[in-house]
Amino acid sequence: MRLTLKIWRQDGPTSRGELKTYPVDDISPDMSFLEMLDVLNERLNDQGEEPIAFDSDCREGICGMCGLMISGEAHGPEKTTTCQLHMRSFRDGETITIEPWRADAFPILRDLVVDRGAFDRIIAAGGFISVNTGAAPDAHATPVPKENADRAFVAAECIGCGACVAACPNASGMLFMGAKVTHLGELPQGQPERATRVRAMVATHDAEGFGGCTNIGECSNACPKGIPMDVISQLNSDLRKAASGSF
Amino acid sequence: MTETIVSAPDGVDADYYRVGAAIADTKAPAGPIDKKWTQRKFDAALVNPANRRKLSVIIVGTGLAGASAAATLGEAGYRVQSFCFQDSPRRAHSIAAQGGINAAKNYKEDGDSTYRLFYDTVKGGDYRARETNVYRLAEVSANIIDQCVAQGVPFAREYGGLLDNRSFGGVQVSRTFYARGQTGQQLLIGAYQALERQIAEGTVEMFTRHEMLELIVEDGRARGIIARDLVTGEIETHLADAVVLASGGYGNVFFLSTNAMGSNITANWRAHRKGAYFGNPCYTQIHPTCIPVSGDHQSKLTLMSESLRNDGRIWVPKRREDCEKDPREIAESDRDYYLERIYPAFGNLVPRDIASRQAKNMCDEGRGVGPMVGDFRRGVYLDFTDAIKRLGRPAVEAKYGNLFDMYARITGENPYEVPMRIYPAVHYTMGGLWVDYDLQSNIPGLFVTGEANFSDHGANRLGASALMQGLADGYFVLPNTIRDYLAKGPFPALDENSPAVAQARAAVEERTARLLAINGERSVDSFHRELGNIMWEYCGMERSETGLMKAIDLIRSLRAEFWRNVRVLGTGDSLNQSLEKAGRVADFLELGELMCIDALHRRESCGGHFRAESQTEDGEALRHDDQYLYVAAWEFAGGPGDGQMGAPVLHKEDLVYEAIELKQRSYK
Repeated sequence: MRLTLKIWRQDGPTSRGELKTYPVDDISPDMSFLEMLDVLNERLNDQGEEPIAFDSDCREGICGMCGLMISGEAHGPEKTTTCQLHMRSFRDGETITIEPWRADAFPILRDLVVDRGAFDRIIAAGGFISVNTGAAPDAHATPVPKENADRAFVAAECIGCGACVAACPNASGMLFMGAKVTHLGELPQGQPERATRVRAMVATHDAEGFGGCTNIGECSNACPKGIPMDVISQLNSDLRKAASGSF
Repeated sequence: MTETIVSAPDGVDADYYRVGAAIADTKAPAGPIDKKWTQRKFDAALVNPANRRKLSVIIVGTGLAGASAAATLGEAGYRVQSFCFQDSPRRAHSIAAQGGINAAKNYKEDGDSTYRLFYDTVKGGDYRARETNVYRLAEVSANIIDQCVAQGVPFAREYGGLLDNRSFGGVQVSRTFYARGQTGQQLLIGAYQALERQIAEGTVEMFTRHEMLELIVEDGRARGIIARDLVTGEIETHLADAVVLASGGYGNVFFLSTNAMGSNITANWRAHRKGAYFGNPCYTQIHPTCIPVSGDHQSKLTLMSESLRNDGRIWVPKRREDCEKDPREIAESDRDYYLERIYPAFGNLVPRDIASRQAKNMCDEGRGVGPMVGDFRRGVYLDFTDAIKRLGRPAVEAKYGNLFDMYARITGENPYEVPMRIYPAVHYTMGGLWVDYDLQSNIPGLFVTGEANFSDHGANRLGASALMQGLADGYFVLPNTIRDYLAKGPFPALDENSPAVAQARAAVEERTARLLAINGERSVDSFHRELGNIMWEYCGMERSETGLMKAIDLIRSLRAEFWRNVRVLGTGDSLNQSLEKAGRVADFLELGELMCIDALHRRESCGGHFRAESQTEDGEALRHDDQYLYVAAWEFAGGPGDGQMGAPVLHKEDLVYEAIELKQRSYK
């Protein structure tokens, strides 16, 4: 395949960036998108140009480290992570624009690499169940109805990649946050802290510079794990109950 | 440390290593095996809660073993500094583990017990693991499940609301807890959330995008690390009363493996160079059911669950000229179902190492399928045609649908219509830094947990036990043993100008500058790929004396070329991913040699490894308990300079089995 890539290059957090054009040929449709970038980087290195910085780690769609805006779509045209996207999803001769996630809460560090530390800080604010090691009762002490366990699991599948934020016109992190609130809120173990959790997480989310949700649905559409929009309803419902003290 | 009395081994080995004093004591308490851990916890000194905040611990790595330890020590009130090279502790590669986690809960009342889990783990390791550590692992396994459930880990449940279990890895009991195919993810998120809670509490200070590049050893104790901030490039000194390495395994020495792109040996290797023994480096686990390489661009391999072998039939064409054909057009009589042919009793369900080795043999004979990669086609068919006929497509879909989808996404082929292609890949490394019963290395104050240590899996790892070990070490073992060490502290304050700190820092600065200054002709990846090919060919599933000697020569010249001819562009004072990779590959180029030396000296077929010179008359693996019933703990004996390896010194720790009887395995 022969492609024209327009890739965001930016030296550092405070530098000005720009889209640079790279024609590439001899790309196999069996390459993953990131392997295509590996090949480009090998060629750049040979030519004495610094390789393009981008994040990736597991390359099997589960760690959440990769994430690129590909021709305007978070993780590109398929519903999967960037590392699991393959070049057979593109046309020979296509021009592809590659940008980092764009959100105030995710500052760019270099080229396509952004800082998603804000997500960690949202979890640190309340995305946990407070149980010290050794303090746990027997695992069968509290049965969990399968229906709740399954819904908790669906929400817990979030990989924290940030595609929801990148896809949202408001750069909202509410799908991410709703997934955690739903995961822990579905389980009996998560009940004691349910009100404090949602309040603390939302306060941190807003302070980090994420926007609010206006029910557009781009987040869920871009989510490689298919986290459903109803976790946001759950988040809002929990927040209302927490505010009115009705838990 | 051990007083080193060095002698030369016999034969060709004399050119490669020397033999030092045996390791006499692993510090497990005396007494019956089921009382040792209780005794050790009782004997370990206590630290008054008010004194804990005066004691500090550095933990490198945030996978299951690291995040769980950081959270637990933070909860106890120690001052913890936690490091990961990724952008968040939640990315660590434990997250990719699919299958499940073992625990001797006996919830199914099917005869499981602590002893049976212990027995299965030692047997799975082909009697090359240390029995005291493994017993303890089985003992604390049940606590892990309790802890994780309390954290909100959404394990699979039955309709009654209780936890579901399945049988895994060929064992006879159902003791594996799981969360669909994402058990590692859910367990890691649980540990990560516990860690984030401690970060918010202020007991743990988190350093993301930081890489440990040197260990600081002062007055014989591990006292800190030198780390590079991967965003700013700054070289930083971090000091503490103890250091824990929970930095994972080294499967990426093979370039292609199921590890993450960033998984590396650097933290461990820097500690090894500072005196920490490396245990059984040649023990690696190879999985038979990975998605094959599609071309030279391949950056990693993806594992598919071994359960596929329950219903799929493995074959290659009988004739080489058929290898390019559409497999559906190859007549039944022209197919070689080689596992069913060679092992009629077990067929496609032979143990992993045999399935893997035979697949490579078929491809080396020129009967592999799929695209040409280098000189070979590296793949064999895993065919579900019969299963679909027998069970119907819906049943196959229900059982394997997610795996078939994953396969289709990666290869672009529909496995319901065209046979899947599979090929073995490196998945886990059983070797790692040597530790005693307390998980302490031979350097006082340096502890090693999870995949980074060598202790629990012997020469092969039982399925669903890696997650168990990571969390056992981090939640329950280390926090109890490290307090015995910390109780002796706080140790005298070090400052940045003390000689040990200044020396470690200077070493990192020089190495970084040197990598950037070479400006040769070849990329880091090209060296890494070449090293991986050497390791796979000569130090993979099947090894021989001549092959390993050749590999050592090849690695030595490749390493020399690396330091002469690698090209790392950019600067040291910014985010520079080529520089990060270069440092990691430089260490792999040293580790690879040690692995080959370890493999050379172990002239037996054992666990996942077949030694060509050690087989039965009908070509099966032959273990030699009379000669090799020991852990090989290697001491670094090279020079301080980059790439200077020297002849390592072998310290043997004899394996003593008191609670378990040694047996040869048999599968024909």
